[in-house]
Amino acid sequence: MTITIEKMCKSYQLPAGKSLKVLEDISLTINDGDFVMILGESGCGKSTFLNLLAGLLPLTSGDVSVNGGSIDGPHPSRSIIFQQPSLLPWLNVEDNITFGCKLRKEHNNIKQIGQLIRIMGLSGFEKVYPSEISVGMAQRVCIARALIGHPEILLLDEPFTSLDTFNRTHLQQELIDFWQIESFTAVFVTHDIDEAILMGNRIVLLGERPCHVVEIFDIDMNYPRDIASPQFFDIRTKILRKFKDILLTPPEF
Amino acid sequence: MDLTEKTLFENTKNSDLILQGKSLATRMMWGILGTLVFIVIWSVIGYGLFTRPGYEQFTGFLPVPTLESLYHLVLDKAFWVSVASSIRRVIVGILIAFLLGLPFGLIIGFYKKLRMITYPPIQFLRMISPLSWMPIALLVFASFESAIYFLITMATIWPIMLNTTLGVSRVNTQWINMARSQGASNSQLIYHIVIPASIPHILVSLRLALGIAWIVLVPAEFLGVTSGLGYLINDARDTLEYDRLMAILIAIGIIGFIIDSGIKSIQNLFSWSWS
Repeated sequence: MTITIEKMCKSYQLPAGKSLKVLEDISLTINDGDFVMILGESGCGKSTFLNLLAGLLPLTSGDVSVNGGSIDGPHPSRSIIFQQPSLLPWLNVEDNITFGCKLRKEHNNIKQIGQLIRIMGLSGFEKVYPSEISVGMAQRVCIARALIGHPEILLLDEPFTSLDTFNRTHLQQELIDFWQIESFTAVFVTHDIDEAILMGNRIVLLGERPCHVVEIFDIDMNYPRDIASPQFFDIRTKILRKFKDILLTPPEF
Repeated sequence: MDLTEKTLFENTKNSDLILQGKSLATRMMWGILGTLVFIVIWSVIGYGLFTRPGYEQFTGFLPVPTLESLYHLVLDKAFWVSVASSIRRVIVGILIAFLLGLPFGLIIGFYKKLRMITYPPIQFLRMISPLSWMPIALLVFASFESAIYFLITMATIWPIMLNTTLGVSRVNTQWINMARSQGASNSQLIYHIVIPASIPHILVSLRLALGIAWIVLVPAEFLGVTSGLGYLINDARDTLEYDRLMAILIAIGIIGFIIDSGIKSIQNLFSWSWS
């Protein structure tokens, strides 16, 4: 699925008739099967960008289209994973994973639950409730819920931020493995440069206010990537240098 | 790794149970202490007031005759018939309030515009003391029984409706967003997210409703009915049996306390980290 973003703008209405421009003129094409990392500092509007792609927020102006058709609301073909695991506390792990499939009556997908639970390392926890598992596990459940419906596009909003290093490293690898098998299109929002270089085949650097595309980096490295390799180091230096440039430019008022 | 995690999980579960047991014993101990203090205060005030000359006929209000009378009351079959009819009235009244208030509360909570439209009339009706409907109830309803149902429904429908609305408007927006992006329709959202997420609030509303119903019940039963705890109080007053009157008051308190504890334990079952 190709996502075409044309002159995307988003403003939030403030009290007293004012409005805050968060995103300005973002134009970007995300090709079918891309793993695009959206990199930017906290609070710059990355989450807003992702919610616009998901269809959970309306655009102020511009257009987002998937394979040529403009989006006009959320759709299960664009599955989203949030920063905080959003599990339903009254359902056990198994029922949380199959929640969407059951809504959409996708009986064939429901049958794959056993396989997905095994791959996600959730075996033995099928009947356990969300309040009894760790955040890392809860986020695995969310990933399983997002993947079981075979979405064509996976949207991820800093999904590993609340995890410890070990869990994060595991899940980053598992997600890449999944992507290589399932070949969905992924848009992954993060503020972590290393995470961006580890996972993406493209990195879109967002920044400044109102937020726009600062630069796009193509990452041509094989998976699994070695964080200690000179190539990794080069790319990181390049991105950090660009970051420094933005920080040195005074914001417009 | 899975095995260690699982044993860890079982262990924490057990220690939670032990902790809970401990706090329950402690809570009971303090509760008993509080009850004893209450009886002491009652005795002191009672003996201070009713042992003065000219007040001899009121000695029935004192703890010892009251407890004696309570003992006889518990053995009296007519008392249990009255308890049963009082409980029946409360249940029927609340059931009607619940059947009307719950769907209405859900819809008002879900649609913001409807919430704004219904705000003034609901707040207005809510502030009318339920007992002031009594003359109207007597005019409209043929039997005293249905008039009492009406009064209890009028008293309890507001807390049920408002708490349900509150529960709905406080549903975690991330759950809503998640369900929408999973393709949920509006009716699926209400059925699969909003209702289960509001269960804790609905139970709170039920508990509030029972408290209010139990309070409104007694004056409502002063109406022409010939059974019920309110009727028994009136009867004891007319026959000047003050020990019996006091014993019925105590019984009303105890039964109310037991019903409330029952709902509270159901509430605890559902409250674990819901939001």
